[in-house]
Order: sequence, then C-alpha cells, then structure tokens
Amino acid sequence: MKKIYLDHNATTPVDPRVLTAMHPYFSEVFGNPSSIHAFGREAKEALERARGRIAHLLRAGEREICFTGSGTEADNMAIKGVAHSYRNKGDHLITSQIEHHAVLASCAYLEKEGFRVTYLPVDGTGRVDPDDVRKAITDHTILITIMHANNEVGTIQAIPEIGRIAREHGVLFHTDAVQTAGKLPVDVDALNVDLLSLSGHKIYAPKGVGALYIRKGTKITPLIHGGHHEHGRRAGTENLASLVGLGKAAEIAGAERAEEYKRLTKLRDALHKKITDRIERVFLNGHPTQRIANTLNLSFAAVEGESIILSLDMEGIAVASGSACTSGSLESSHVLNAMGIIPELTQSSVRFSLGRTNTPEDMETVAEALPPIIERLRAMSPLT
Amino acid sequence: MTDRYDDKLLDHFSHPRNVGQIEDADGVGQIGDSRCGDMVKVWIKVGDDRITDVKFRAFGCPAAIATSSAMTELAVGKSLDEAAEITDDVVAQAVGGLSPDKAHCSNLGAAALYEAIMNYVVRSVERGRVGCIASEA
Ligand SMILES: Cc1ncc(COP(=O)(O)O)c(C=O)c1O
Ligand code: FES
Repeated sequence: MKKIYLDHNATTPVDPRVLTAMHPYFSEVFGNPSSIHAFGREAKEALERARGRIAHLLRAGEREICFTGSGTEADNMAIKGVAHSYRNKGDHLITSQIEHHAVLASCAYLEKEGFRVTYLPVDGTGRVDPDDVRKAITDHTILITIMHANNEVGTIQAIPEIGRIAREHGVLFHTDAVQTAGKLPVDVDALNVDLLSLSGHKIYAPKGVGALYIRKGTKITPLIHGGHHEHGRRAGTENLASLVGLGKAAEIAGAERAEEYKRLTKLRDALHKKITDRIERVFLNGHPTQRIANTLNLSFAAVEGESIILSLDMEGIAVASGSACTSGSLESSHVLNAMGIIPELTQSSVRFSLGRTNTPEDMETVAEALPPIIERLRAMSPLT
Repeated sequence: MTDRYDDKLLDHFSHPRNVGQIEDADGVGQIGDSRCGDMVKVWIKVGDDRITDVKFRAFGCPAAIATSSAMTELAVGKSLDEAAEITDDVVAQAVGGLSPDKAHCSNLGAAALYEAIMNYVVRSVERGRVGCIASEA
C-alpha cells in the first residue's frame, strides 16, 4: 500500500538535496564556528552561507538573521525579547486569537509579568480586520504580532497593511511566517515587518532549527544567555549541519516556490472538488481565496474528526484534525472557535495539507477512500 | 497512529457491534461530553428485568465508538442490576485499556447505558411498576 502524506503543515520530510548538502557537516566539516583555526573557519563559512541564503529568501540583510532552535523559539524570542527591551516605552501588546500556541503562550506569559495583551478577533474566514489593529493601538503599545498564514486553516492575513498601520504608529511588528516562508513571497520590506519567524522543518529542512529576522535597529533582549553567538542575541554553539540544511532548503524554496505554489493550488482545488462532488454536507474552514496553496480544512457534518483520521490512517493516508479529541487537551481548536464555527463542525474538521511529495494520483486515492469512511461514520452518528 | 490503540479497540472501531436504534425501545439514554463535544445515544429493550437488546449511535472519537460498542456486548443478556455496574473502567478494559487523555471517552457509552436503564426504571415507575434498582437511583 502506497502511503500518502497530507500533513505537511505539521512537518515535511527533509528534501534529499538538503540532506546531501548537510552530509559533510557532521564528520568532515565539524569545526565549531566560533573557533579561529581552519576547522572553525570552514564551519563559520558554511554557517554564514546558510545565513545568506535565508537573508536572500526574505530579502533581508545577513546581520538581520538570527538562527534559533525552532519556530517556537523564534516566536518566543521576538515577543519576549521586544517586550523586555521596550518595557520602559510601554506595556501593551496586540495579537490575534488564532495565533500558534508559541505566540499565544508567550503573550500569556508576559501577562503574568504585568504586560497587557489584546487578542483581536477574526471573521468567519479567519481574517483579522486591519482596522481592529488600528483601533487597538494605544500610547502604551510596543508590539503587534499577527501570523502571516494560519497553520490550521491556511488563511493569509493582510500583513503589509497591518505593517503600515504599525509603522504609522511607531509600533514594532512581528509576523509568524512559519507556514508561509518558502511558500509565499516573503519580502520583509514588502510586508512592512520588523520581526519575522520561520522554521526549518516546515520547508523540507530538519526539525529543531529556525530563524528570526530582526530588522536593523530593533532591540531584542536574548532568551538564552551564554557566549557571543549570533551577535550576542542567542547563545549556544550553532546546529551547523541542520542550519546548512535550512540554508539549502531556503535556496530550493526560493527557486521553486512559484511553480510549486501553482502546482499545489491545482492539486488542492482538485481534491476539494473531488470531495465535495462525492460527499454531501462538507464545509470549507478558512478563506476561499486568501489561503495558502497547500491547505484544505474541511468539516464533515455529523462525524468526528479523529475517527476520520484513524480510518484514513488505516488506509495509509495521513491527515490532521482540529477536533478536541486529537489534542489531548480536550479543548477543540481555538482557531475554529475564534472563527465562530459551531462546536459540532469544529469537532468534524479535517486538515489536508499538501506538499512536494503529493501527486494528482494521491488526490484521487484520497477522494476515493473518503466517501465510504464518511458514510460508515455518518450511519453510526446520532447527529443528523 | 494505529499504534496508539490496542487491537481490540481497533476491531471495535472498524466493526462496531450493535450500531443502530430500537424504534420501540424500553429505555433511551444520551450523554454528551461538554468539553470535547462528543455524544453517545443508547437504546435498550428489557424483558424480565434483563437487557434483551442494546443499540447505540456515537458522534465521537475512535475510543468513544469502540468503548460504546464493547459496552453493548457486555450489556446484552445482563440483568438491569448487573448492567448498571458496567462502568467506564469496565468498558475501557474491554478494549485493552485507554491512555489517561482518552479515559473520559469510555465514560460516554457506559454513562449512556446507565441513563437508558434509569429511563427504563422511571418509565416503569410511571407505569406503576416499581423497577428493580429504582431505590439505588
Ligand atoms: C504557525 C506556526 N508557528 C510556529 C510553529 C512552531 O514551529 P516549530 O515546530 O519549529 O517550533 C508552527 C509549527 O508547528 C506553526 O505552524
Ligand atoms: S470522547 Fe471526547 S475525546 Fe474521546
């Protein structure tokens, strides 16, 4: 049975070209980038080449790229780092209700320290109204953090506009671009952002590396103290091989992004159509058009998401769900809740997230596997 | 993902027993978990204070479906007293045990069965016939 992976928003496989690029940096070129001898210098060169590639992908300066140990760390660093550096200027942050937990939990932590946080609502498609951002800004606001695209439903925010508003008010602006870097054009000047997070394992690089773009002149209090790595912004010997991988992944994404985006849009829309042609009462969660190409989040009325996932898993198809039952926390998706989706439908949601591994045949296989599963589960449901 | 679950659970999930409803049921019970939003409904048929037939429907996760299915197998043929003792732990064991985050799922089927029995008892009392375990309720 061919396995089909449709969970690329959770993680992606390391691209073979990335793996090849990483290979020498375990045992051959293994120096500590901080060492001044030849071994160290060679490692340092590789590290800086990787940094250059990230900078190029984001149209940023190399000095503005700080490597981190994950997307989560980049988010934490941006939010706590700015809050702690600009505390004397104000104590208010603005974010949205649909951010990743890396952002929400960082904000909640700051609230415990005495900061105030506004969590902006979203509309039924998951969009933040830029006007709400404008209205939420006060004299005490020091940071706005709104994600570029949402990991669960794929909705893309009006980042350039929100950035313009932030700049008009002299407020720093961070965006979590973990789901868009390497997918959408991510140009820090076009987006009007001061800080931007990305993560390796969402773009076919290894897990456990990420980067934070920090616009020149932006002060950031480090999270991790120690040596003078990353210009004193993030201590700890860099994860050389994985960061080389991140650089290579950024290079590949930059070269192939536009084509791949078109390909995935076509595949995803074909999957969507095949499913709605064959199954009744299927509802799209997320924005119909302002949505990243690879993401399709659907609610199948009257059936619970985890039961759909397990049934598909038994047929070798991997998808994700926003239902409470998969999270262990018992709370259903905060994203779907914020979008005002009714509880039965949040419980019924399934996320298909496509990527480089997927083919048109995969879409057909999934669309053939789903109808009997939904039919079987609906037949056993007390809901109608 | 299938590794997360015991084979017994997967079997009940893939081939649930006694799915459906009983049109002329003697007792009906329904339980929803307000936190996760899942729901199980149970219908029973009673004769001589024994459960002669059980049917269920579930809107729930695999563990909720499987434990409800296991519950129906355990309940058929039992006296009402015995059936009232089919707890969440009992049905969880019947599917090979559940991880702590899934423990609440086993409560849906067991609690819906209890509700159905109570519903039968209340109906019997209303009909002037005192149910066997009405005093316990
Ligand atoms: C939007 C978003 N932000 C942040 C993260 C966290 O990234 P990482 O897994 O590298 O910590 C993820 C991935 O789960 C994500 O989807
Ligand atoms: S019944 Fe709620 S998670 Fe299983």
